[in-house]
Amino acid sequence: MTALDFQALAPHLILTGALLVILLVVSFRRSHRLTAALTLLSLAAALAVLPWGLSAGHREVTPLLLLDSYAAFFNGLFIVIAALTALLSQRYLKGSAGSQDEFYLLLLMATLGAMTLASAQHFAAVLLGLEVLSISLYTLVAYPEEDSPPLEAALKYLVLSGVGAATMLFGMALIYHAVGGMGFAEIAAFFAAGERSDPWLAAGLILFLCGTAFKLSLIPFHMWTPDVYQGAPAPVTGYLATVAKAAVFAMLLRLALQADLLDQGVAFTLLAVMAVLSMVVGNLLALLQDNIKRLLAYSSIAHMGYLMIGLLVLATLSDAAMAVETALVFLAGYLAMTLAAFAVVSEISSAAAGERERIAECSGLFWRRPVLASVLAVALLSLAGIPLTAGFIAKFYLFMAGIEGALWGLIWAMILGSALSIYYYLKIVFAMTLRTGEGEALPTSALGMAVLIALGVVVLALGVYPTPLIELAGEIARQLVQ
Amino acid sequence: MMLLGLILLLLAGGLVAALTERLHPNAPRWASLGVLAVAGLYLLAIPLGAQESLPWIPRFGISVLLAMDGLSFALVALTLFLGLVAVVSSWTEIEHSPGFFQFNLLWTLAGVVGVFTALDLFLFFVFWEVMLVPMYFLIAIWGHEARAYAAMKFFLFTQVSGLLLLFAILTLVYLHYAGSGELSFAYADLLGADLPPSIAFYLMLGFFVAFVVKLPGVPFHTWLPDAHTQAPTAGSVILAGILLKTGAYGLLRFVVPLFPEAAMDFRWPAMLLGAVSVLYGGYLAYSQSDFKRLVAYSSVSHMGFVLLGAFAWNTVAVQGAIVQMVAHGFSTAALFMMAGALQQRLHTREMGRMGGLWQSAPRMGAVTLFFVVASLGMPGLGNFVGEFMVLLGAFQVDAVLAIAAAVGIIVAAVYALSLMQRSFQGELPEGEDGLAVAKVADFGFRELSVMVLMMLALLWLGVYPNSLLDLCAPVVAALGVAP
Repeated sequence: MTALDFQALAPHLILTGALLVILLVVSFRRSHRLTAALTLLSLAAALAVLPWGLSAGHREVTPLLLLDSYAAFFNGLFIVIAALTALLSQRYLKGSAGSQDEFYLLLLMATLGAMTLASAQHFAAVLLGLEVLSISLYTLVAYPEEDSPPLEAALKYLVLSGVGAATMLFGMALIYHAVGGMGFAEIAAFFAAGERSDPWLAAGLILFLCGTAFKLSLIPFHMWTPDVYQGAPAPVTGYLATVAKAAVFAMLLRLALQADLLDQGVAFTLLAVMAVLSMVVGNLLALLQDNIKRLLAYSSIAHMGYLMIGLLVLATLSDAAMAVETALVFLAGYLAMTLAAFAVVSEISSAAAGERERIAECSGLFWRRPVLASVLAVALLSLAGIPLTAGFIAKFYLFMAGIEGALWGLIWAMILGSALSIYYYLKIVFAMTLRTGEGEALPTSALGMAVLIALGVVVLALGVYPTPLIELAGEIARQLVQ
Repeated sequence: MMLLGLILLLLAGGLVAALTERLHPNAPRWASLGVLAVAGLYLLAIPLGAQESLPWIPRFGISVLLAMDGLSFALVALTLFLGLVAVVSSWTEIEHSPGFFQFNLLWTLAGVVGVFTALDLFLFFVFWEVMLVPMYFLIAIWGHEARAYAAMKFFLFTQVSGLLLLFAILTLVYLHYAGSGELSFAYADLLGADLPPSIAFYLMLGFFVAFVVKLPGVPFHTWLPDAHTQAPTAGSVILAGILLKTGAYGLLRFVVPLFPEAAMDFRWPAMLLGAVSVLYGGYLAYSQSDFKRLVAYSSVSHMGFVLLGAFAWNTVAVQGAIVQMVAHGFSTAALFMMAGALQQRLHTREMGRMGGLWQSAPRMGAVTLFFVVASLGMPGLGNFVGEFMVLLGAFQVDAVLAIAAAVGIIVAAVYALSLMQRSFQGELPEGEDGLAVAKVADFGFRELSVMVLMMLALLWLGVYPNSLLDLCAPVVAALGVAP
């Protein structure tokens, strides 16, 4: 490895080093504030060196990782979301019975895993990243140790996620059997050579995609999602719904683009069917929920279905860069609005007092906590796809790409899903405008409120003036496709 | 920048109104009134034919393209005036959070002004959707007993039809791009799009459904009676007076000019829907016992004439539709304001609990009578001019449908006079209701002054409609209306 390789890898290395330092610090001195401060500091440092690392050019660091602007885009997002989650968790964890330090360690570790996934170009790196991310998440989900719902959720997540990972691993093995290599480039070369009628390969692809669909919680592999979202502590749920999903998708998109995976009929059909099911059934099930976290779980299932349009147009668009651009813009919008919604739920809940997550508990929030309620309303309207929010630009892009790629069935599923979704998002908004509701004081922190307001502003800013994001995504997409 | 300035003025005014609530409960109302007055003067300073463009999302050829022609001017002026009426009519009605109320009111108006001036289809769609959110809040927060249901229904109807509109717009833009290699959302570029006839028909339907839901035409009208009845007075005034006109405006500005052949293929079904709306709306209006609901259904009937006129697509009919839009704005806004005033005084909208109101409130009685006869199409007032011209134009296209719609004017006389008779004339109701009616406070200066202004406007439209016709004649010609 050369110096330039280390430069390109700098953000990963900083987080790895920070993990060790914090681990040592924690074993000598337990202090919630100190650990949180060190975590934020290391995340800030990793973010700061990101442009410097990218200036080393698009580098292949070992056959496992490819550090290009595409990876940097996701890494930047993951680092920022991790920092926001750390900020939101401070107040949330305050007063919980156990120690809080390990929470931040796990958060850093999960972020490292996600960053590895976004830069993976080899199945070994995929597995490595996925497992580092997932194992940290199992523990994060169960973090408030004195409660049973988080434990139950973690156990469910552990078992089902293990099955998902095993499925994916077996798929990789079968693909290896057919291809004779595990790098994305080797798979691409194999497909380009035209030997495609291998039943083992088809079976491997199906298993691999099912494992991925499990991580993305596409229907019918979504069973764990509502329970885990509901049981996990709210800041962790926010992290799970954003970083864990985006990292897996980043990997899948890179593989699909590099290896022309979707030209394989079986892969395209499988993903298209799961996308339609997620959009329609996800939204239908969301209609029935009266728990905000469960509702958002189904809403994220539906959004993953929408996101698949961005992936599937790769197969039908003549310009692959447009497909990548669509996926990047959609994801940026999805991350901002989903995180904003979960940030509000975390801010009104706490580890000590429990989650405040029923829709009824939001009633009258507009009059009691106007800022909190406004941010939640903006996030929900954005999820519903109302113009001047990030969510509208995201859906607009999917519409444009879908029409250009002539994926009519998927577009109609998205229209149907969006129409259904308006009802349940508005149900929460309406509850917040009620003039009743218990007048109990909600403890909030200045930090948490700052995060909330920032997220709300980002959601609106992306909707009102999306041009900078569009240009960035377009540039990255062009570089990736070349 | 002048047109964008007008919209920003209303948006900023909304923020100011919301913030002044801390000073005094009346401050937001005065702020709102002031902003609308300034906006009215500002509008007069904008020259006709003004057009401005700012780049917005160059990636897709989207720009902030706003323009003001005679039609836009007339409708924006109506919007600002009825905004003023809405503020005045809700002066004492809204006690809960008046700042946020005025905020939503002004933001709705800003969205509507945007709809009437946008000439970029993306921008148009943004305004089209965005004006719904504050309107939703107006109904959901300050509405009456069944507001949850009404607000949700209103939002769902318009949003779902909005999705179809978005789909149609994007497909239109893509087809234009595929044909010409130029990606643009500008109205002027898309006018010349070369579309395969079979696809053009479905795209036209996408636009048509979105606008007819808003208009509303039968069979998409069911949200209207709920939303209008449950909204607070100011909300009903804006909904009926202005928001319905955005649908009519869309038909005239977009549906027929963008898809001339497809729209002409669809002429007969569309005119049939118009005639059915006129008759069925009138029939339903007559069956109501709720003052506000009756007025709401009468809107379905009156807007049916607009649909009829828009698809008759000759100069007389389209001009008539425009006059009808403006006149209906005044007459319905006034009747809704009356309904609100009665509800505030009697705490009921049921006409069974009214009667004999003229004795205790003669000024209210006289005002109601004026607008009732305006609404039933009395010659000399604006609504008559509109309906007559629409029928005249429609008769040249399809005599049977025009005759059927003409029967609607008789139906209008029946329900309008029965409204007057049941609420203001006859005996006092028995028991406590009678005591309440006998003690009703008549209109004061505040309410009477806006009512008189609206009466003068209708009278002016009825006696000298040429002022509006001349204003819109160049626009009607430019839209490509048949002579």
